[in-house]
Amino acid sequence: MKSVLIILLLVCLAALLVAVALDMPPLGEPSTPANASPLTRYVIANAVRDTGSPNRVAAVVADYRAYDTLGETTVLFTAVAAILALERGRKDEKSNG
Amino acid sequence: MDDLVLKVVARVIIPFIQVYGLYVVLHGHLSPGGGFAGGVILAGGFILYALAYGRPALDSLLPDRLAALLESGGVLWYTGLGLVGLLTGSAFLANARAGFPLGVPGRLFSGGIVFLLNLGIGLKVAATISTLFRNLQEEE
Amino acid sequence: MQNLEYIAAMLLYVTGLGIMLFHSNLIKKIIGMNIMETAVFLIFIAAGYVRGGQPPIALPGEPLLLPVNPLPQALILTGLVVSVSITAYALALLREIYRHFGTLDAAEIARRKGELT
Repeated sequence: MKSVLIILLLVCLAALLVAVALDMPPLGEPSTPANASPLTRYVIANAVRDTGSPNRVAAVVADYRAYDTLGETTVLFTAVAAILALERGRKDEKSNG
Repeated sequence: MDDLVLKVVARVIIPFIQVYGLYVVLHGHLSPGGGFAGGVILAGGFILYALAYGRPALDSLLPDRLAALLESGGVLWYTGLGLVGLLTGSAFLANARAGFPLGVPGRLFSGGIVFLLNLGIGLKVAATISTLFRNLQEEE
Repeated sequence: MQNLEYIAAMLLYVTGLGIMLFHSNLIKKIIGMNIMETAVFLIFIAAGYVRGGQPPIALPGEPLLLPVNPLPQALILTGLVVSVSITAYALALLREIYRHFGTLDAAEIARRKGELT
């Protein structure tokens, strides 16, 4: 019974998502909204002048969106800190009996 | 854990992996790649070393304290570079306006803050991924 | 069939969700979660693709005729790191769960927790 419900849910979701995918702008055209947005044009045209970095992706990651990358490094740092805390907590528990 | 073939092959290819990782980190602003990709490649070298020669060998090569220092230092380096922008009267994490020299585009030492941030991120990610591996590997 | 990549990503997403719902093993749930993340990344990267385009890397003097979109790639770089962090933390939590309960089966763990309380 449960698996029938799950399959029904998945089929409905798949039909909905595929309908959305068929309705999206054609892939690979330079004129899609994502590729033709003013932001994309600005980054491609001015990244070297603004940041001195020919690699536009690096320019976006480490200059235009550097604040975002700071959060990203913080996420990684927090994950490692949490994992180490789990490990240390277990060792303390063991040594205290 | 005493495989001669694995040890010999690892000894031959680990230097190439590490040099390639450093290349990807340092050329992050010139070619595909960057701090994260290069850091993961560097960590891959460390993980291969640990798999071939055992955990104690990796612990002596990259001690826990050094890895922790690199992880915390990476975040501090990033924030410090951001604060340089504030101190010079510009925005947080500003590049050219904060006085970082942009250099000649295409040279290795160019790009101002992009190069410095990639360097910090690369070392931090290498230490982080090898720490993750070390902690998730079941100790015998 | 012009949006084949989008359709593949959508089906990949549904596959991941199905794995998360069908299996009660927690490791398999994490695998399903990773497949769903990959589907989202694929949608973003496909949205920034330009057919016959070149990488968005060029010096000022060099021609950059038809570059692909660098913005989704930069966004997904962030997403990848978050995905790795979440996976690593989830695996560490799973190890603690296994040490405590001796099993990774979600239904079994729920049953034992019901006995404990």
